[in-house]
Amino acid sequence: MNLNATLIGELIAFTVFVWFCMKYVWPPLNGAIEERQNKIADGLAATERAEKDLELAQAKAAEQLKEAKAQAADIIEQAKKRATQIVDEETQKGHDEREKIIAQGAAEVEAERNRVKEDLRHQVSVLAVAGAEKIIGKEIDASAHSDILDKLVAEL
Amino acid sequence: MAAEELTLSGHIQHHLTNAKMCSTDAGLAFNKACADSGFWTWHVDTLAWSIGLGLIFLWIFRSAAKKSTTGVPGKFQCFIEMIVEFVGDNVKDTYHGKSSLIAPLALTIFVWVFLMNLMDLIPVDFLPAFAGFVGETAFGMDSHDVYMKIVPTTDINLTAALAIGVFILMIGYSIKIKGISGFIAELTLHPFSSSNKLVQVILIPFNLLLETIALVAKPFSLALRLFGNLYAGELIFILIGAIGLMQLPLHFIWAVFHILVIVLQAFVFMMLTIVYLSMASSDSH
Repeated sequence: MNLNATLIGELIAFTVFVWFCMKYVWPPLNGAIEERQNKIADGLAATERAEKDLELAQAKAAEQLKEAKAQAADIIEQAKKRATQIVDEETQKGHDEREKIIAQGAAEVEAERNRVKEDLRHQVSVLAVAGAEKIIGKEIDASAHSDILDKLVAEL
Repeated sequence: MAAEELTLSGHIQHHLTNAKMCSTDAGLAFNKACADSGFWTWHVDTLAWSIGLGLIFLWIFRSAAKKSTTGVPGKFQCFIEMIVEFVGDNVKDTYHGKSSLIAPLALTIFVWVFLMNLMDLIPVDFLPAFAGFVGETAFGMDSHDVYMKIVPTTDINLTAALAIGVFILMIGYSIKIKGISGFIAELTLHPFSSSNKLVQVILIPFNLLLETIALVAKPFSLALRLFGNLYAGELIFILIGAIGLMQLPLHFIWAVFHILVIVLQAFVFMMLTIVYLSMASSDSH
């Protein structure tokens, strides 16, 4: 135990070292650490937020996809309906057209037949007159006996 | 003199003697010439090594502080920040007041004391023998007259200086936080107290005695713990170094064990400093 002036020297050195450390060493190092800690904390918070955003966006996208699928299904359904409707309509139209054409044909045939009948009747009357002329041997005035002829024609 | 140095006890004595410097009537004198110089003797080896190591500490940490970035730190910065954070966490856990001094004080004590203790792991004869060689060839001294104690913490002057520094801070913090009257009340009105005023007055001397002893014991325990541990460790290194070839395994084992001791003692000194200052700053008693 020999305490001597070294003690004073060391005390001064100690004081100076602590002062220097307090002034120039501790604040920048500790400041850097704390600032980095803050940065990391901010970064982690941002990551968490981004994760939440991503989750939300994914949910939204899934919902939209579901909606779109439903819409697509609707549209397809409608299109199918419309298609059957069109086919039905066209079939109906075709049927109608056919009926019309058939009816028209039948009317035409009827008209022709009537016309031919008329013709035939007329020719019959002419033939009758010609026959009668041959039988009687003289000319018959057609106009004089027209009432008889008409009666004949009507009877045919 | 030379004959004395050749014996074992002389060898040990040589290792345990500081290089002294003092001023006499004839100017600066060294070592044996300073035997009678009393208080005004300087242990130049303790001073040189401790201040040198302190400057190394400050240089390393200052260069880290200058280059410190808040972005991605380099390996060197990481290492320094690990120490800073370790000390900072200990301070935060123990010292609950607000002070910009405690943490740098703790850092300085921890690293500085660790570096000084670390000198203990340098084989005991290396630097003293080198100093003896230099003294002999460069200055024409007898190499036995060249003393070199390279572990500053084995010098009671250094540990006492640290403890006194801490003690001054303890008193300073006590007075700053509690006021002079609070500090005096703490010394005189505890641990014995009475509601009777007269009894209280009678108890003051006993309280003062006990509290003063408790207060003064703190720097003593700080100084002597560090000094005792390192001095004993150094002494055992010297003894091991004196037993010839067998020293190698023993030296290795003791050195490995000592790695623990030097870190632990630096840590203990730092922690006790924080605890004492925390006690000084807290009102509750």
